[in-house]
Amino acid sequence: MTLDLLRFTTAGSVDDGKSTLIGRLLYDSKQVFEDQLEHVAQASARRGGSGALDLALLTDGLRAEREQGITIDVAYRYFATTRRRFIIADCPGHQQYTRNMVTGASTADVAVVLIDARKGVLEQSKRHAFISALLGIPQMVVAINKMDLVDFSRERYEELVEEFEAFARKLRGGSNPRHTEMSYIPISALEGDNVVERSPRLDWYDGQPLLEFLEEVEVAYDHPYDKQARFPVQWVIRPANGGAVPGESGDYRGYAGQLASGALRLGEEVVALPSGLRTRIAAIDTYEGELEEAQAPMSVTLRLEDELDVSRGELICRAEEAPTVSRELQADVCWLNERPLRAGSRYVIKHTTRGATAIVDELQDVVDVHTLERASAPEQLALNDIGRVRLRTSTPLAFDPYRSNRRTGSFILIDEATNETVGAGMVGASAA
Amino acid sequence: MYGESSGVSVMSVAERPQLSHLRALESEAIHVMREVAAELEKPVLLFSGGKDSIVLLRLAEKAFRPAPFPFPLMHVDTGHNFPEVIEFRDRRVAELGELLIVASVQESIDSGRAVEETGPRASRNRLQTVTLLDAIAAHGFDAAFGGARRDEERARAKERIMSFRDDFGQWDPKNQRPELWNLYNGRIKKGENVRVFPLSNWTELDVWEYISQEQLEVPSIYFAHERPVFERDAMLYAWREGTELIDGEQIFTETVRYRTVGDMSCTGGVRSRAATLEEVVMEIAATRITERGETRADDRVSEAAMEDRKKAGYF
Repeated sequence: MTLDLLRFTTAGSVDDGKSTLIGRLLYDSKQVFEDQLEHVAQASARRGGSGALDLALLTDGLRAEREQGITIDVAYRYFATTRRRFIIADCPGHQQYTRNMVTGASTADVAVVLIDARKGVLEQSKRHAFISALLGIPQMVVAINKMDLVDFSRERYEELVEEFEAFARKLRGGSNPRHTEMSYIPISALEGDNVVERSPRLDWYDGQPLLEFLEEVEVAYDHPYDKQARFPVQWVIRPANGGAVPGESGDYRGYAGQLASGALRLGEEVVALPSGLRTRIAAIDTYEGELEEAQAPMSVTLRLEDELDVSRGELICRAEEAPTVSRELQADVCWLNERPLRAGSRYVIKHTTRGATAIVDELQDVVDVHTLERASAPEQLALNDIGRVRLRTSTPLAFDPYRSNRRTGSFILIDEATNETVGAGMVGASAA
Repeated sequence: MYGESSGVSVMSVAERPQLSHLRALESEAIHVMREVAAELEKPVLLFSGGKDSIVLLRLAEKAFRPAPFPFPLMHVDTGHNFPEVIEFRDRRVAELGELLIVASVQESIDSGRAVEETGPRASRNRLQTVTLLDAIAAHGFDAAFGGARRDEERARAKERIMSFRDDFGQWDPKNQRPELWNLYNGRIKKGENVRVFPLSNWTELDVWEYISQEQLEVPSIYFAHERPVFERDAMLYAWREGTELIDGEQIFTETVRYRTVGDMSCTGGVRSRAATLEEVVMEIAATRITERGETRADDRVSEAAMEDRKKAGYF
C-alpha cells in the first residue's frame, strides 16, 4: 500500500550537506523554478563561491539563517514526481533546536538521517534517529553522504552502516516505543550520486537511489484498516434555526470531526467516551452527501440515533474497542521550553480535541540521547530533554498507547501563565 | 491481517482506495478550521476574491454546513482591486448568505492612519497591514484565516499552520510555538491573535486541481483575456485610466491571464491562452516560474521582503 502523499523529515546542519541534499532533490526532480534558480545564482556569486550553483541556498528561509548558515526552524518544502507528492519537513539539527526537530518529526512518515562519510556517526545524527524512533516514524533511511570525499569507498560505507546499526539496535530496545524500519543508501548530494539517478561510481551498491526509495517506500502501519476506529468530536453543528436543512425535519445535530484512525460504518453501535453514552450511527454526513462508511483521515459529520449530551472532547468509537479511559497516565515527554518541568508542576494538557489540567505526579527518568540510557528520578526536564513522567488530569482522557496510535496517544502541554507550548507527550501504558 | 480488526468487514487492502492527496489536504484543512472555531472566541476569514480564499470558502462550507459559518468574512480593500474581482467577491458572498466586512485602505488613508505612497511605482500593498491590524483590533477578532501557502515564498515556508501574533500584530519567526501532530495551541491573551493558514501544505497546482475538481467559480481575470497593458521590470501590468507611466513605457493590447490576484498596481499578468480550468491546470503543471516571482512586484524589493512585511503583521 503506498500513500499518495508522503511526509518526510531531514535534519542536520549545513555541514552535513542536508540543505544541499534537499536542493538536489528539488533540482534534479525539476522542481526548482527559474526565478528561484536566478536567486540562488545571484546569492552564490555574492557569497563568492567557486562559481558553481550552491544548491543549499535553495532552502534558506529566514534572514538570520542565511546570515548564520544554519537552520533555526522547520521549513516545509513541496515537490512531486509522477508517482507521489512529497512534503519535506526540513529541520534544524543543532541541539538547541531539538524542539523544532520534534515538531517536524511528529507528522512524518519517513525520516532521512544524514551522515557525513568522513566524520562518521555524530551526536546530531543520533539525536535525529532517536527522536524519529521515539516519535514513531515508521521508516528511517540513513543517507551516508559525501561519498565523493571518501573515494566512493565501499569499506567506509560498510563501516558506517555497522556503526549506525549498533546504535539502531539500542533504539529497537526498551526505550523505542515502536518499530522503525532501517535502510541505508550511499550518496553524494553535492554531485548527485544516488539521489535521483543511480550512480555508476557506486556500482557496488545494489539498492535504490534515494528518490526511488521515497517513491516506493511503504508506510503501511498507518493504514486506516489496521486500526480501531477513533473519532474525536471537534465541533457540534446545530443550525440556529433548527430545521433549515433541505430535506431534514426537526433539529439537526451533527458531531463534526476527523477520523483519527480506522473506519466507521452507518448503523454501527458506538460509545462516546469518557461519558460512556451508547448509541448507533444514524448518518455520516459530508458536503457531498451521506456516506455508508468513513475512514481515516476523512473529516465528516456524524449524526447519532439518540439525543445525547455529546460535546467537543468526547471520543466516539466501537464499544468493544474502547481505549483506556483514565485520569492517570504515563508518558514520554520532550521538553520544549526554557522553564524546566518539575514534579508537582501544573500544565494545560491538550489531547485529541480535549483540554484539561494536568499535574506532574512524578518525574521518573531522563534519557541520555547519546547512550540511550535512562537516569532515574532526575530533578527536572530542561529544554530539549526527554524523559518519562506520570501525570494526573482534572478530567478523564480516552487514550491509546502512542505505539499503537499516534493520534490518540499524543498530547501537548501548555504553560498556563505564558500560553506557550512547553511539552510534547507520548502515552506509554496507563499508570493506573 | 487487515480483516482481523473486529467490526470491519474483511476486504483486502488493494480494494480499499487510499484517500487522494487532494482529499487528504482537504480533510487536514477542515480539521484546522473546526479547531479554530472551537477554541477561539471570535475568528474571521479573510476573503479577497482570489483563488486561495475561494478554496477557503469551499472548505468552510464543508466544515460547517448545514449551519452558517461561525465567523464573518473580511476583505481588506485597497481600492486598487480589479473590478472583476470585486464584482465576483460580492456575488460569491451573496450566494453563500454570509456576512462580509470590508476594511478600506482608503479610509485608513483618509483618517491619517496610513500615508499614500507617491510616484509611478506607488502601491498600497504595505498600507494593507495598517488597515488589517486596525480592523482586527476594532472588531476584536482573535483569529484570522488566510489563504497563504508555504510553497509561495521562503519566509512563508517557515510559517506555522496556526501562527501566533503579539498585541502589535507582529510575527516572531525565531520564536514560534512548536506545532506538534495536529494539536494546535490556540490559547492567547486579550489583544493577541492567531493567523491561521489551512492551505499551508497546498501547492499552487493543488489549489487549481481542487478548484477544477470542485468546479468552483473564479474571477474572469484568471483566464486568458485581452487587455491594455504596459511592460515594466519585465512584467506586464494592467493599464487603466490614471496610471502613471515611466519614460519609454508603451501601452499595448495583449492576451494575458493572472496567476495571482492582488492590486492592479503591483500584480503582473502572464501571456497565456488558457481559457478554461483544465487549461489553467495544464499551464500551472508545466510552468517553470513561481507565481510570486512571475507576478508580484511587492516581493522584488529585497531578499527578505516578505519576511519583513510578515514580521510587521502582513497577511
